Amino acid sequence: MNDLANESKSVLVIGGGIAGIQAALDLADMGINVDIVERKPCIGGRMAQLDKTFPTNDCSICILAPKLSECYRHPNIKIHSISEVQKVEGKAGNFSVNVLKHARYVKEDECINCGICAEKCPMRVDDEFDRQLRKRKAIYMYYLQGVPAVMTIDKEKCLYLTKDACRICEKSCERNAIDFDQQDEIFSLDNVGSIIIAAGYNLLEDFDNNVLKNYGYKKYRNVVTALEFERMECASGPQEGHIKRFSDGKSPKKIAFLQCIGSRNDRSEKYCSSICCMYTTKEAMIAYEHDNSLETYIFYIDMRAGGKGFQTFLEKGAREYNIKYIKSKVAQIQIDGNENPIIVYEDIDTGKINKLQVDLAVLATCITPPRGIQDLAGLLGVELDEYNFIKTIPFNPIETNKDGIFTCGCVHEPMDIPRSVSEASGVAARAAEIIRKG
Amino acid sequence: MSKKSDENPRIGVFICHCGSNIGGLIDCKKLAEYSGTLPEVVYSEDNVYTCSETGLNAIKKAIKDYNLNRVVVASCTPRTHEPLFRECIAEVGLNEYLFNFVNIRDQCTWVHMKDAEGAYKKARDLVKMGAARAAKLEPLDKVSVQIQPVALIIGGGVAGMSAALNLNNQGYETHLIEKEDQLGGRLTSLHTLFPSNIDASELLANFVNKIQLAKNLTIYISAKLRKIDGFVGNYSVEIDKAGEIIKLMVGIIIVAVGASLFIPKHMLGYDGKKRITQQELEVILKNNDLNTNNIVMIQCVGARNEERSYCSSVCCMTALKNAIFISNKNPGAHITILFRDLYTPGTKYEAMYRKARELGILFIRYTEKKELKVEENEVRVFNEYLGEEIIVPYDLLVLSTPLIANEDNKALARLLKVPLESNDFFLEAHVKLRPNDFATDGIFIGGAAKWPVDITEAITQGYAAASRASTILSHDVIEVEGTTSYLPEWNKNLCSGCEVCIKVCPYKAIIKNEHDEIEIIQALCKGCGVCGATCSKQAIEIKHFTNEQILSEIYACGGRDVY
Repeated sequence: MNDLANESKSVLVIGGGIAGIQAALDLADMGINVDIVERKPCIGGRMAQLDKTFPTNDCSICILAPKLSECYRHPNIKIHSISEVQKVEGKAGNFSVNVLKHARYVKEDECINCGICAEKCPMRVDDEFDRQLRKRKAIYMYYLQGVPAVMTIDKEKCLYLTKDACRICEKSCERNAIDFDQQDEIFSLDNVGSIIIAAGYNLLEDFDNNVLKNYGYKKYRNVVTALEFERMECASGPQEGHIKRFSDGKSPKKIAFLQCIGSRNDRSEKYCSSICCMYTTKEAMIAYEHDNSLETYIFYIDMRAGGKGFQTFLEKGAREYNIKYIKSKVAQIQIDGNENPIIVYEDIDTGKINKLQVDLAVLATCITPPRGIQDLAGLLGVELDEYNFIKTIPFNPIETNKDGIFTCGCVHEPMDIPRSVSEASGVAARAAEIIRKG
Repeated sequence: MSKKSDENPRIGVFICHCGSNIGGLIDCKKLAEYSGTLPEVVYSEDNVYTCSETGLNAIKKAIKDYNLNRVVVASCTPRTHEPLFRECIAEVGLNEYLFNFVNIRDQCTWVHMKDAEGAYKKARDLVKMGAARAAKLEPLDKVSVQIQPVALIIGGGVAGMSAALNLNNQGYETHLIEKEDQLGGRLTSLHTLFPSNIDASELLANFVNKIQLAKNLTIYISAKLRKIDGFVGNYSVEIDKAGEIIKLMVGIIIVAVGASLFIPKHMLGYDGKKRITQQELEVILKNNDLNTNNIVMIQCVGARNEERSYCSSVCCMTALKNAIFISNKNPGAHITILFRDLYTPGTKYEAMYRKARELGILFIRYTEKKELKVEENEVRVFNEYLGEEIIVPYDLLVLSTPLIANEDNKALARLLKVPLESNDFFLEAHVKLRPNDFATDGIFIGGAAKWPVDITEAITQGYAAASRASTILSHDVIEVEGTTSYLPEWNKNLCSGCEVCIKVCPYKAIIKNEHDEIEIIQALCKGCGVCGATCSKQAIEIKHFTNEQILSEIYACGGRDVY
C-alpha cells in the first residue's frame, strides 16, 4: 500500500476536539491528507477544559497535549483554526468545500506566543475558556497549551477594532506579528473524498437558563456548573486548583453534586447525558484529594456506570473518598443567610422530603447539540434527530444519511471520551475506504 | 546517527513548571539557574509548559543558538511526553536518543506535595543525575521493519466482521477465523436488536452477504489460532481448522472474540423452564412460543455483586427490548422489571425506557441490601420507597445476566502475549486514549472481548480496530524503538549459553539461532532490560541504558562511595 498523501483526495474533519483529533491522526498515519476546521482559535475542544479524566484520573491536558502537538506537526494534517465550513457541494469521493477563515489579526507564522502583547493590552474581558470565571485580554492565547500556539485578537473587544484607538499590541510586538489589515477570507478545499462531523457539544447553561433558575444558578454565588467546577479544580484554572466559594473566598467543606440537571425530564431534555454519573464522582474525588476533611454528596436518579472500570470507580469513591450517594429527585436549591445552598430533595430510598445544607452546589448540566448545528447540518445536507443531534442509522452507527459523510463523538449522542476516541478511529476507517477506492 | 556524537557534550536543560503542578511547589527558575552550573550544561531555562508549541520552539531555538548536542527536560512523566520531546530535537537534526527525561512531577512534586523544601532538593538531585546521564548518551538508530500488508482477525461476530470488511475494502488481504461453525457470534442467539427492533438474522444475513461478495477475504470457520511467532508487520501464524493446519504470514492481528453470557445456575430458582435467562426468552420469542401473560424480569443477576462487580451495560436494554416486543404483540401482558439502576444512557436508549413505561411496563427498584425472594409463582421484593415488601406474581421469570469473559481468553492472551484485566476481559493499551490498541505493536482489540458492549458499539469498535491496524498496514516499512538489548560481538565469548535470558524474556525476543548462539530479535525486544539484569556473565547490553549511563547517575547523586 502506498503513501496517499501526495494524491489529491483528502478528508475534511469538522471540529478539533478529541474526536476530530483522533480521526485526523489515524487518517494522517494511513498516509491520507486531512484538513481540520475548528471554530475556536485552538484545537483541543472540551477535553482541554477538563482537569482530570475518569476512571483513571489522568490529568486531561497532560494526555491530550501530545496529541495536539502531533496534529500540528503531522505533515499530512492542516489545522484551520477560527474557521468554519461555509458551503459544501458534490458527493462522496468528491466534495468541494468553502471554508471561512476569520481574521486573527496576528500572523500565525510570526507570532511566538511570548505574551508581551497581552501584558500590554488594556482591555480585560471575560475568558470563555475558563467559563467566564476569570478575565483575559482582548489579545489572548485561547489556553496555555493551545495549538496553534499563537495569539488571537478578539475583534468584538479590541479597542482598535471597535473604537479605532490603542494599537498598543502592535507597538509592543518585537516580531511585527500583529496585522490589523487581515481580513476574513474564504478558501476552498477541492477533491475532498469524505467529511467527518466531530463538532462536539455545548451545555445547557450555554443557551437557556430557565431550567437552571430553579436551582439558583447565576442568582446564588455558591451554585456553579460542573464545567465551572472542573476549571476551579484545575491547577491552571482561575483558582489555580484551590477551590474557593465565590461569595466569601472560603474553601468549601461540604459539596453537593446534582445530577440530571436539565436531562431525563419532561420539562427540559428527555435524554440522558451519559457522562455525569462518572464525572461527578471524579470531581468529588479530586476535591477530596485537595482537602481530606471534605464531605461530598451526589444526588442521582440512576447510577449509570457501564464502562470499563466505572463501577469499581464509584465503589472506590464511596469507600475511599467519603462520597455519599443519595438516590433522589432534587426539587430546588434555597440559600441561608451565609449564602450556603440548601438542597431540597425527595429521598427515593425513604420517600421523605429532606433538606441538606452545603457550602457549594455543583450542577451536572445537560449536554446539548453544539451551537449552530442546524446551519451546519443544512449545508452538509445531513439529517438531525428529534433532539437536534446528528441522526445516525441504526447498525451503521457512525454514518449519516448522506454517503461519504460520517460522524463521531458527542455531536450525534452524548458519550464519554473512550467511546468518542473509538468512534473517531471508526470513522477514519470508513473514510479511508472511500479514499482508497479512489 | 548524529553528526555531533563525537563532540564534547553540550547539554541544554529545560525545567517545566507544568502550570502550577511543578511551579506551584518548587522554584523552577532557581532550579534552572542551578542546572546551568552543572558539568557540561551550557544552557538552561524554565518554561510554563515545555510541551506546548511555545516550549518546543524554545528547545529548538536553544539547540541552534547554543549548538547543543544533548537535551534534558525535567517535567511530568516520560510515559506521555518523551516521544514528543524526542521528535522535537530530531526536527532540528539531533539524534532523538540524545534526549533525557527527568521526572520531577509524578515522582517529585506530586508525591511530596506537603514538603516543598524536600521536593526542591529532590528535583535538584534528579536534574543533576539526569544531566550526568545525558552526557553519556549515545545516538541510536531505530529498527526498520517490513510490513506484510495482510490482516488476521480472530472472531467472526459483528466486531470481527466489521473490521474484516473494512480492511478488505481498504484493499488489504484479509483472513478471519471463527471458532464456531458459522459466522455471527452473539447475533446468532439474538431475536431482535435494540434500538430499532430489526431481526438479528437480517443484520447477520446482510454481513454474510457482503463477506461472500468480498474478494481477497478468506473465512475459516471451526478454526482456532494454534501458534504465533514474529512481531509487528511479520507475524507467522498457524491456524487449526478442524484438524487441518494452515500457515499464514500477517502484518497485524485484531482480537474480536466477543464475550459469553453468564448462566445463573443455582441462582433465584433458575431452571431453564419457568425461570430462564433473557437469551432463552429470545429463543422462545424467535419460535413464537410464548404463551404466558405474567412476566417478571430481574436485572443484575450475577452482576454488580461481590464476585462480579461490574455493570454489563447491555442487560437493561435487552430486557427493555424484549419487554416492549412482548407488550406490542400482546398489550394484555403484565410485565414487571425489577431493577437496581436502569442503564439506558444517551438519547435512543433513554427513549426506549420512556416507551416501555408508556406501554405500561412496570418498574420496581430493589437494592442489594434486601435480597429478592423467588418462590414458585411469585417474587417478593422489598421496596425502600414504600418501606414494605411487594409480592409480584409470575408465570415466567426472566433473569437478566451479564456478559462475561470467554473461558478461553486466558489461553489466547498467553498465545498473543497480551494482558487481561481482573475479570479476564482483554486489557487495552490505555483506557482513555488508546481504547482499541494493545501495548504490543501490531495487535488490536475491538468489541465485547474488551468489555461488554451492545451490537452498535461492537460494530464501531470493529471499524476502530481496523483503522488502527490500517495505520500500520498502509506502510511498506515502519520503524520501531532502537532502545533494545543486544549481545555485542565482543561479548559473545562471555556467553555461556545458559539460556536464562531466553526463559526470562517476557516478549520471547531471544532465541538460540542455527549457530547455537544467543540472538536477540531487535523488532521484538522492548528494551525492558530483564535479560541484561539476569545475565550472570554481563554479556548482554541494553542500548540507552548502558552500565556507564546508569552508573553516571548514581555517581552524580553521591553514590560513588556507596558503590
